[in-house]
Amino acid sequence: MTARSRWFVLVAVALLATAYVLPLWRVDLVAPQYPEGLGMLIRINGVGGVKPNDLNSINGLNHYIGMKVIEPDAIPELKWMPWILGGLIAAGLAVAALRRRVPLYLYTVVLLGVLGLGLWDYRRWGYDYGHDLDTEHAIIKIPGMTYSPPVIGRKKLLNFTATSWPSYGGVAMAIAAGLVVAASVATLRSGRRDPGLKSA
Amino acid sequence: MSLLSRSRLLLGAGALTVLGLGYACAGRGSSSLAGTADAAQRVYVAPGEKDELYAFLSGGFGGQVGVYGLPSGRLLRTIPVFSQAPENGWGYTDETKPMLETSYGFIPWDDLHHTALSQTDGDDDGRWLFVNGNNTPRVARIDLRHFETTEILEIPNAAGNHASPFVTPNTEYIVSSTRFSIPVPNQDVPISEYKKYFKGQISFITADQPGKMDIAFQLIMPGFNYDLARAGKGPSDGWMFFTSYNSEQANTLLEVNASQNDKDYIAAVNYRAVEACVKAGKGRRAAVDYRHNYMDEFSRVSRSERRTSVLQVQPTECPGSVFFLPTPKSPHGADVDPTGEFVVAGGKLATVIPVHSTVKMLQAIKDKAFEGDLEGIPVLKYEATLAGEVKEPGLGPLHTEFDGKGFAYTSMFISSEVVKWNVKTLEVVDRAPTFYSVGHLMIPGGATRHPYGRYVLALNKITKDRYLPTGPELTQSAQLYDITGDKMQLLLDFPTQGEPHYANAIDAKKITDRQVKFYSIAENRHPMVARSERETGVTRSGKVVHIRMTAIRSHFSPDNIEGVQLGDTVLFHVTNLEQDWDVPHGFAVIGANTSELLIMPGETRTLRWVPGRIGVFPIYCTDFCSALHQEMQGYVRVSPAGSTVALKGNTRVPAAARGSN
Repeated sequence: MTARSRWFVLVAVALLATAYVLPLWRVDLVAPQYPEGLGMLIRINGVGGVKPNDLNSINGLNHYIGMKVIEPDAIPELKWMPWILGGLIAAGLAVAALRRRVPLYLYTVVLLGVLGLGLWDYRRWGYDYGHDLDTEHAIIKIPGMTYSPPVIGRKKLLNFTATSWPSYGGVAMAIAAGLVVAASVATLRSGRRDPGLKSA
Repeated sequence: MSLLSRSRLLLGAGALTVLGLGYACAGRGSSSLAGTADAAQRVYVAPGEKDELYAFLSGGFGGQVGVYGLPSGRLLRTIPVFSQAPENGWGYTDETKPMLETSYGFIPWDDLHHTALSQTDGDDDGRWLFVNGNNTPRVARIDLRHFETTEILEIPNAAGNHASPFVTPNTEYIVSSTRFSIPVPNQDVPISEYKKYFKGQISFITADQPGKMDIAFQLIMPGFNYDLARAGKGPSDGWMFFTSYNSEQANTLLEVNASQNDKDYIAAVNYRAVEACVKAGKGRRAAVDYRHNYMDEFSRVSRSERRTSVLQVQPTECPGSVFFLPTPKSPHGADVDPTGEFVVAGGKLATVIPVHSTVKMLQAIKDKAFEGDLEGIPVLKYEATLAGEVKEPGLGPLHTEFDGKGFAYTSMFISSEVVKWNVKTLEVVDRAPTFYSVGHLMIPGGATRHPYGRYVLALNKITKDRYLPTGPELTQSAQLYDITGDKMQLLLDFPTQGEPHYANAIDAKKITDRQVKFYSIAENRHPMVARSERETGVTRSGKVVHIRMTAIRSHFSPDNIEGVQLGDTVLFHVTNLEQDWDVPHGFAVIGANTSELLIMPGETRTLRWVPGRIGVFPIYCTDFCSALHQEMQGYVRVSPAGSTVALKGNTRVPAAARGSN
């Protein structure tokens, strides 16, 4: 692998590490009664409000439509995601240290796979909250209506407009993934030109 | 208008009309309404936009404070102070009733005249608003984080607490004085022996520590009527100026008998000198009886405590503490300009506006330029302190405020106008009519070092034909003038609640940034709080039933209570579990001979109910809280005395464990 690729991987690792402190995803909810908005920040190890009581308020509102209470402690992913991220960082450092092609290619595949799985899990989580409604106790029941927030984009949910976008940590992870892909591509190309480089 | 009854004042105005004409003709065109569309645009605050200033208008005999936006003149809120408010339970609930305790018992009314914003370094800081109660002498603190009265202190040896609560430049003190001199200590004496027994009194109250107001010292003064006050600043820092009238010491028909002397006095009090005397042990503690009431910040429960002594200082035993400045004809306001150099007196019956120089005063004190003394208090020579007089200002000068650009604005009660004059040259430069009979006027920050000199607000006593009539009792009013140009321009005329005596206004930014949006449920230390539905419950102790309830959109918990018996007193302790802005819940029960509760998010409030008959009685939320507000209700079953129905509330923890975090 080239020196440039190695730097790409190291920068990617640093970006991945920011996800320990920066939120990954942000969901904003705005309604006529909430001009200032309510918001949720999804972090590697928790779900919280943008303002201190936002999560509490969102849960309070969700009880009208029979949605489950969002309790960060009850979401298992939030327990093991920090370890997976740690593994990705460690593996990245190892790839940079080994300076070999195959580990880099493998790492690229694993990283993209894990991030893809994470997104899929986030979508599944949102789908579950939005669809698994307590219809017996729900106060507002609209036939056919479900309340899953979008993964990316904007959606009208009754009086609320929900907007969901990657936050700083999510963007950092996307850039990290891009850098690792770029590192692989660069290594692939350089390998063709200069077969003398180290290989597995 | 505290000085003259209304009917008398109209007669007075009539009698002086002939004199008034001369003034009325000069410069009336200045505030013509020719630019009405332009004026309308300058006070128009478009939907969704906010006002530039908060204005706090005293409610006079309503005992409350009106909060208005300026320049729109829109009423935002009424803050009950010396009053009860059935709208939210202020003065009705167990948590707030102690605020209205006095040594005379529970007094849910007072005559609220003056407002004073707290200051830091001589400028309004937006922390607190102080107000006075004139009738049963009291001062109060309103916390501007949540627009609520949080402290009330009664003043002993006072009667008619009028020169109050004016504040010193760093809010170390607010002041109080007695308008009606009375025997000190009060005793059974013939009123005709006024001169022998009656004393005046001026109190300095520590004010910079919330919940800890106290009377630092009380000066025992000659038996005059003490009227209004202002703190010095700059060269006059450490001084407070009090007007007085009735230096004749009349005790009957004051309108004639107290108007005899050519000059009355401004009492200049050097409070630093008094502090030194107190330190040197020259004060004496006198036995008195008064109350200090305050609201605990975390339980939001108020307490009333009795106090039994006050430190009194005799000016004669503390030389250099008080001087009298002769001032023409029953002065009303004593207003200090932004530099602190000039004190402007409003002699109600004077034909000039005298302006004293504090620099000259300090020199005169040094030179001992005295013309004599009054009960041992030195009287300075009029010429020795006078900077000059504003000639032919108008009729009935009362109060003066400053724009910070070298101009003073004086209200003229009898000629019903605002007169603008140059502080340096003492020349009148403009005059604008008011509709009618302006009392105080107010420039935002007009009593500070840096006035916000864009507007002057005239606070009028009489409106007559200005609004749609409402029977014999008509509204009072406020009128807003633009003072950014050379000529004052009337922009807006709006009705007020109660009689606005004085007012303050402040840049909205100084207040909006520190707003409390709700109380933290985690910090709620009310003894009967239920921080979640799990903590609710019903308990009996003798004939008292305590119901710890919670309210959250859109249910009470418990919502059905059984086992209450005829003869019980039921206390509903309702905690609002919401933790969001603008989500109060209300609470009412049929037949309660008190008001409703309005419970702010995170707060606990108590409604006391003595059921008078057997049956089942509904409770419900009175504040439209949510789409299912109409479903927010419950029942209380009242059984005969001695019934075997078990005491219970259907407390339940719903699947959603809300309120637990």
